[in-house]
Amino acid sequence: MLSEIGIGLRRNLAMTISVVLVTFVSLTFVGAGALMQQQVSTMKGDWYDRVQVAIFLCTQDSLSASCSGAATDADKAAIEQALASPPLSQYVSEVEFETSDEAYAQFQQQDAELSASVTPDQLPESFRVGLEDPERFGVISESFQGSPGVEQVVDQREVLEPFFAVLNAATAGSLALAGVMLVAAVLLIGTTIRLAAFNRRRETGIMRLVGASSTFLQLPFLLEGVIAVCLGAGMAGAVLLLAVDRGVTGWLAEQVPAFDYITTTDVWATIPWLFVGGIVLASVASLVSLSRYLKV
Amino acid sequence: MIRFDDVTKTYDRTARPALDGVDLEVSRGEFVFLVGASGSGKSTFLRLVLKEEDATSGAVQVAGKDLRRLSSWKVPHLRRQIGVVFQDFRLLPGKTVFQNVAFALQVIGRSRGSIAAAVPEVLELVGLEGKGDRLPHELSGGEQQRVAIARAIVNSPAILLADEPTGNLDPTTSLGITRLLERINGRGTTVVMATHDDDIVDSMRKRVVELVDGHVVRDEHQGGYVTGAIPVVPAPDLSVDHGGATAVDVPVDGRPVAEQGGGGR
Repeated sequence: MLSEIGIGLRRNLAMTISVVLVTFVSLTFVGAGALMQQQVSTMKGDWYDRVQVAIFLCTQDSLSASCSGAATDADKAAIEQALASPPLSQYVSEVEFETSDEAYAQFQQQDAELSASVTPDQLPESFRVGLEDPERFGVISESFQGSPGVEQVVDQREVLEPFFAVLNAATAGSLALAGVMLVAAVLLIGTTIRLAAFNRRRETGIMRLVGASSTFLQLPFLLEGVIAVCLGAGMAGAVLLLAVDRGVTGWLAEQVPAFDYITTTDVWATIPWLFVGGIVLASVASLVSLSRYLKV
Repeated sequence: MIRFDDVTKTYDRTARPALDGVDLEVSRGEFVFLVGASGSGKSTFLRLVLKEEDATSGAVQVAGKDLRRLSSWKVPHLRRQIGVVFQDFRLLPGKTVFQNVAFALQVIGRSRGSIAAAVPEVLELVGLEGKGDRLPHELSGGEQQRVAIARAIVNSPAILLADEPTGNLDPTTSLGITRLLERINGRGTTVVMATHDDDIVDSMRKRVVELVDGHVVRDEHQGGYVTGAIPVVPAPDLSVDHGGATAVDVPVDGRPVAEQGGGGR
């Protein structure tokens, strides 16, 4: 039977290649969408958990109206007290104080070149406030904006929102493209099988007459579709691996090291699903067209 | 072995039934000629036996099974008990004689060993010993039909259906093929042969069932192509050439039935 499949694939070479290519492109988009979504959730998890609201305190250089020189210890104590007591304490899950030196150390870690141009005391001290419900940012903001010693209250999620918006849009775009390509792939697989069934009607006619089961009759066609789709899925996987290895790990992570990025490990975890999706797709398309063109 | 009870078959696009109220029983081990013009319903009869088509009404029983109640996944098992031979042989051109016959066993999942044993045996039975390596186009028409017969009977089916098996062959070869079918019948296989080869039918003196316009008009034991008995319906002049088109002169599907050999329904 294997040789029959090989003959079938070769006889239908142009169609087989087009099935391979269309599934390759569509599964690449599916995989890219999935990986982008993974990137978004990695970042969200990472950043949302780590820091949500930063209360930046005044430094000696602050120009803000609420600042008159650097925040005093009394200012800090008042803020800490307010965070720890009702009504605010019910919204707060944790509070960390970041000193100028700690801020400087993190800055250095993120961007050594730029951090060389500032000194630790130019960077503001801050309270990093974790919220029970990240959406209740307004409560903290209203309470402390303009308080003595507070320069600015920043919801750090806002900094990330545009970035996530772009990633989400890219995900949606690539999934939409993938959807269109998948429809094309299904139709193409159906047509290919119909052609193959027509090309081999002599053989299948005889097979039906001598009592070949429908499994035996249809399986070669099904397997041809599955093999073509698997080739496409393999190519899609290879392209995604290459893109993440060169584009993300090898380039983006070096250019913008502030974030955690997906790695080829994530790609390897995605690839099996590309195969599963492709095989399901091919099987459904094959069975539908076989039930129409290759009845027992 | 084959039993039709008031079977009518109407194809979707035609008003006139291809078979109309046919009652017929073929017993185990019988040899039956099914005669009639093109379009008289011979091929439809064979297709119903194979469950390639379902009867519009009436009951078809084959090998003890009511085909109306046979689910589609059991149809392959039915067909394994039936061998079929056609006018156009239907051999696979790229496969050798041996491979063509073996193909019938491969696709029903027989083991290599049993195939290797069964194929030479059946090739010898049909008189093709030593020709297993030939390709179909290297054989004469009669030899090709023998290959087709070998393929049809290699699985030892209970029934052999032959749809105009001699339609493409010269008279001598035709007689040889019919003798071969007779020999297969002698081994216990029920044979139904649709034909309009009058010489063959006359020379064999077997049971003859004649169809006209989907009706059984004659069912004689040891009959000839042209009836010797009193016909069931008044037949027109039956003495014209070949006899094939004599029973009907109504055009079917817009073409005159007098043209022979199409193997239509």
